[in-house]
Amino acid sequence: MNRRGLRKAGVNSLAIVFALIWVFPVYWMINSSFLANRTLQRFTPTWVPFGGSFRNFQAVLADGSFFKALGMSLAIAAVVVFFAVLFAFLAAVAISRFRFRGRASFVLAVLLIQMLPAEALFIAQYKMISSVNLLNTVIGVSVIYIAAVVPFTVWMLRGFVAGVPADLEEAAMVDGLSRSKAFFKITFPLLMPGLVASAVYAFLQAWNEFTVALVLLTKDDSATLPLWLRGFIQASATRETDWGQVMAASTLVAVPIIIFFMIVQGRMTAGLVSGAVKG
Amino acid sequence: MSVTIDRTPATVTPTTVAPKNRRKRRGGIPYWLLVPAIAILVIGTGYPTAWQLVNSFRDYGLAQQFGKPAPWVGFDNYTSLITDTQFWGVVGRSLIFCAVTAAVTLAIGLGLALLMAAASRAARLALQISLLLAWAMPVVAAMTVWTWLFDRRRGVINYTLDKLPGVDMYRYDWLAEPLSFFAVASIIVIWMSVPFVAFSLYAGLTQVSEEVLEAADLDGASGSQRLRLVILPIIRPVMSIVLLLQIIWDLRVFTQIKILQDAGSNATEFDLLGTYIYKIGTGSQHFGVSAAASVIVLLITLAVSGAYVWRVMKEDSQ
Repeated sequence: MNRRGLRKAGVNSLAIVFALIWVFPVYWMINSSFLANRTLQRFTPTWVPFGGSFRNFQAVLADGSFFKALGMSLAIAAVVVFFAVLFAFLAAVAISRFRFRGRASFVLAVLLIQMLPAEALFIAQYKMISSVNLLNTVIGVSVIYIAAVVPFTVWMLRGFVAGVPADLEEAAMVDGLSRSKAFFKITFPLLMPGLVASAVYAFLQAWNEFTVALVLLTKDDSATLPLWLRGFIQASATRETDWGQVMAASTLVAVPIIIFFMIVQGRMTAGLVSGAVKG
Repeated sequence: MSVTIDRTPATVTPTTVAPKNRRKRRGGIPYWLLVPAIAILVIGTGYPTAWQLVNSFRDYGLAQQFGKPAPWVGFDNYTSLITDTQFWGVVGRSLIFCAVTAAVTLAIGLGLALLMAAASRAARLALQISLLLAWAMPVVAAMTVWTWLFDRRRGVINYTLDKLPGVDMYRYDWLAEPLSFFAVASIIVIWMSVPFVAFSLYAGLTQVSEEVLEAADLDGASGSQRLRLVILPIIRPVMSIVLLLQIIWDLRVFTQIKILQDAGSNATEFDLLGTYIYKIGTGSQHFGVSAAASVIVLLITLAVSGAYVWRVMKEDSQ
């Protein structure tokens, strides 16, 4: 019994040690964001932000470039979420409710496209978008993002659509509901968790994406939040970095998304799992 | 069947539709439903892929940017890459980086999943919340923090290591040497990828029933035997999918390398495939050569993931 208790204590402390290691960078970002550059310049680190202030945040927000990037990111995310979920929903219905010639090829294409490395395509995407004069625009980036997100959302949604039996809706129609009523009252609510999960997935992808944005958004005033933040590290190579301000900028970008992620996480994983299992 | 409603105007009354055999009669509907998805995939992915393939056989450089026609050069772009030792260096580094990072990620992820399963509620919750926080960090934000942690002069990692007896890490420049540069990159990628692996494997572990483990106990299985002979076989399917995803992701790692290069050096010794293609493409404007390099990356990825696609297709047709 004693040995077992000792073992349990060992397992628990090991779990705590790993928890601390994994959370440390996040903690360090927030900690440093409150400290003055003078404090951070000392060789001995300041472990807790006593005597900290919001000055770094004020400095970072002062020139308004953050809000510009925020607006750009929001616009792109909204367009991508709307169209990706809509297109993927229609396609998911087609492949999970119908058997038709070419269905297998479509499913295969969806799977294969997920394997295509974005890093192998961005040159062509750059050429294509610049040839139609859509560099530095919301639409140009969104088209590429929607195409990148659709295969996985189709995959995820098809599990949900397959999970709602068609009989259910037909039963409602027998009970006297019209076709559209039967859909919106019976099927749609049951699909809601799947739609939310794929919307969240599309949102996070569009919000955090860096590579395509780097290639297609070449002007400073069309930067998304990841590009805006990258500007701070780039500056660090050429001059003395104000790490307090860089960490404040990172915190501004990361904390809202961390909170959002923590809230929707359970739903997301449930969505991923049912997409994989029910398929 | 809900399908049809989505495209039918709400004014259509139920009587216009025969409820039986709708699936067979409305042959065109699934194709209409697929049109938007296929259109966007053709524009966003299909056309660029075709462009890459075509232009990997042409001399497409700066002059063509200004309208000169691009001459066909056969396999010249490919041979110039294949005979280039620099390119092979990049390919080799990418494969090694991918193998090491994916293997360590899987090992740590499995370890943490087992810890979650064995720990008491409070410790498990602490570990899960901390992993979730790391998982939620946007890549670029995570990169700024890690460059700060590894900062040569005032980074907390150099400070802590320097405090250890007999270790001199004062002002050690991690990003100056390729080996330590990629070690840093690997640590960051592992930190970012472990949460997904740990949660997936933990989900798999929770499916291993208590009864099975007790039965193994009664039969006199030791701890390591239980792990090897009972637990691992049960979670093997999850493990193989997770490992495959890690390999694909680690092979195409771009953001982390690019941003570390911003903070350190962007000489070719610090390139992996993603940054290398980016450089010859957008940097030196050798679009033909970079297209050929992209096709090679594509082939490597397909070779790695082909088996997985095949298995999923087989399951789907059942």
